[in-house]
Amino acid sequence: MEEVIRLEGVKKYYEVRSGLIGSKILKALDGVTLSIRKKETVAVVGESGCGKSTLGRVSLRLLDVTDGRVFFKGQDISRMTEEELREKSFRKKMQIIFQDPYSSLNPFMRIGDIVSEPLEIHGYRREEIREAVYRALEDVKLVPPEEFVNRYPHELSGGQRQRVNIARALVLGPEYIVADEPVSMIDASSRAEILLLLKSIRDKREMGVLYITHDIATARYVSERIAVMYLGEIAETGLTTSVLKTPIHPYTILLLNSVPEPDPANRRRKRPVIKGEPPSPLNPPSGCKFHTRCPVAIERCRTEKPALIEYMPGHFVACHRATEIMRGDISVT
Amino acid sequence: MSEALVVEELKVYYRTEKGAVRAVDGVSFSLARGESLAIVGESGSGKSTLGLTLIRALPANASVVSGRVYINGEETLSLSLSDFRRRYSWRVISMVFQGAMNSLNPVLKVGDQIAEPLIYNGGVSREEARRRAMEMIELVGLPREFYYRYPHELSGGMRQRIVIAMSLVMNPRILILDEPTSALDVTIQAQILNLVKDLIERFSLSVIFITHDLALASDIADRIMVMYGGQIVELGSAERVLGEAPKHPYTEKLLASIPRLRGETIPEFIPGRPPDLTSPPPGCRFHPRCPYVFDRCRREEPPLFKVGEGHVARCWLHGE
Ligand SMILES: Nc1ncnc2c1ncn2[C@@H]1O[C@H](COP(=O)(O)OP(=O)(O)OP(=O)(O)O)[C@@H](O)[C@H]1O
Ligand SMILES: Nc1ncnc2c1ncn2[C@@H]1O[C@H](COP(=O)(O)OP(=O)(O)OP(=O)(O)O)[C@@H](O)[C@H]1O
Ligand code: SF4
Ligand code: SF4
Ligand SMILES: [Mg+2]
Ligand SMILES: [Mg+2]
Repeated sequence: MEEVIRLEGVKKYYEVRSGLIGSKILKALDGVTLSIRKKETVAVVGESGCGKSTLGRVSLRLLDVTDGRVFFKGQDISRMTEEELREKSFRKKMQIIFQDPYSSLNPFMRIGDIVSEPLEIHGYRREEIREAVYRALEDVKLVPPEEFVNRYPHELSGGQRQRVNIARALVLGPEYIVADEPVSMIDASSRAEILLLLKSIRDKREMGVLYITHDIATARYVSERIAVMYLGEIAETGLTTSVLKTPIHPYTILLLNSVPEPDPANRRRKRPVIKGEPPSPLNPPSGCKFHTRCPVAIERCRTEKPALIEYMPGHFVACHRATEIMRGDISVT
Repeated sequence: MSEALVVEELKVYYRTEKGAVRAVDGVSFSLARGESLAIVGESGSGKSTLGLTLIRALPANASVVSGRVYINGEETLSLSLSDFRRRYSWRVISMVFQGAMNSLNPVLKVGDQIAEPLIYNGGVSREEARRRAMEMIELVGLPREFYYRYPHELSGGMRQRIVIAMSLVMNPRILILDEPTSALDVTIQAQILNLVKDLIERFSLSVIFITHDLALASDIADRIMVMYGGQIVELGSAERVLGEAPKHPYTEKLLASIPRLRGETIPEFIPGRPPDLTSPPPGCRFHPRCPYVFDRCRREEPPLFKVGEGHVARCWLHGE
């Protein structure tokens, strides 16, 4: 049993108020299929609002699915009750590192208590707890730990709060972790170190990791596979090396193109950006959802939704013109 | 005088159960009108504390141990807090806090939140405040109707633009942005960057940009300041610090640790632990992690040596 998590055709709809009367359906996830194996990290990238955090939460059953199924180690958890999830210790085995370190830490608890809380809930002994907490703080470089255990979250810098989040998620030894922008406020050198640490813990404990990020460059180094999302759907997915080296979906190509490198000459250039605002998810475009911004869209794209098809081994793309792009018959940039 | 801001020998410590945390420990620099300065460095090195000191918004357990801050030539740390708030807050210097987009008041319309300082600090009528707030919303590239939206109805990037609008509503001369884009995708990052560049050009705004993203820093900054363990370790033009060979070993290692999308270089990290700011290492604060460390580094603290035109580095490698 290799697979830790499997999502099958998962949909998550929200009902949102629109105007004074009536409401509309917002399709935050619109049929996502994805699996993560032991010792594997799958990176999820895409613009703000495309559904990354929703995907993470649904996979942990922190949100109910509207449709589709979620399996944890082969068991369908999409309709399990909270009690069942607890009884089977699934809650303990699945953890999340939250996106926002400013609102996800209880401001009235000391750092030591925040990290030990999950252990207490699951009935660990005092001595075990102390040792585990110190080790977790050491792991994320909140050192010396005794310097930090008695502090409150507001007494930490942004990056230090993110480290607390990571320590708390790791302390129970989970088998599946959703890391939602876990290192966005940490400097590059510690970022690389913490991500590598996460990777080594992952291998040691045979975890599966869903790594949500805006930083595609880090995804390159820590993920085996990558999924590029656009408006609640997967546009392209495959081995990270394959997708980054030979992106096929126009959205992926443009997204990669707009990632800057540090270079003082940047100031004299304009950054290439994908033209147009992302469409409102309340009113997604027909056919291919990217057609309103796609430089190579054709008539067919407006009416017919492209299916996610395997164009290279393990490399799937949802685009009507994938073959032409791969052959170099048309150019996206 | 063309300096909008001058900081001299600033020290800011936090009181904790374990002793004083020397978050900012002897920092001096200046910022000209229309200039943009990026502050980069290790997380926990004192960047946010520095910003909070400049706008006099430090938490209760912090104290300014020594130093002076001149804004447009006037020393402002010695002003009474009420004086400072009345004359400087929002209207001369303002700051977008780290994580601010997540701390908008959830039950207030975002427009009213922008208008608030105008009413309470600017003595402007409600009507006028609303009109100005709408202008600001437009200035940051959102439709005026967004005035009536609540925070949860906006995406992250939109909320970030709202907090920037908030900081601009009183036409400040100096703007401090603390990690304004760390949670945003490249598209929205570029939008915010272009907005700030535009403001610098149109209003000769002076900007301090605190960030972990060196690509972003290189995109906006005239000068780059690198902090480590509460101190400036390198300061110079963006061309020199990021372009030619960096002059401080920490900067060098920091640049080598950036994961890149293109090319084959594998990012390295800096072995060892960040300095404990309650009892920083003696001598050079970077010495326990520095690959070039030699005897003197362990004993004596290096000053900032001049290494080029307007370029300084705190390292004995550049000493006599
Ligand atoms: N509770 C909710 N009610 C209504 N809409 C919601 C809710 N939560 C999320 N959404 C909407 O669902 C969509 C996906 O949101 P999600 O938070 O998953 O995006 P994301 O990809 O994580 O974005 P970011 O990169 O900004 O964190 C967005 O349009 C968002 O506005
Ligand atoms: N209220 C406080 N009480 C005690 N220590 C504090 C307090 N606020 C910050 N610190 C400590 O002061 C140091 C500097 O914090 P600061 O927030 O200025 O760092 P930073 O450079 O902004 O880091 P980051 O990049 O992670 O946001 C850190 O070591 C932090 O733990
Ligand atoms: S299906 Fe059409 S619109 Fe969509 S990405 Fe492909 S070419 Fe562009
Ligand atoms: S002073 Fe010495 S230890 Fe410090 S950075 Fe320079 S070489 Fe390294
Ligand atoms: Mg998110
Ligand atoms: Mg900070």
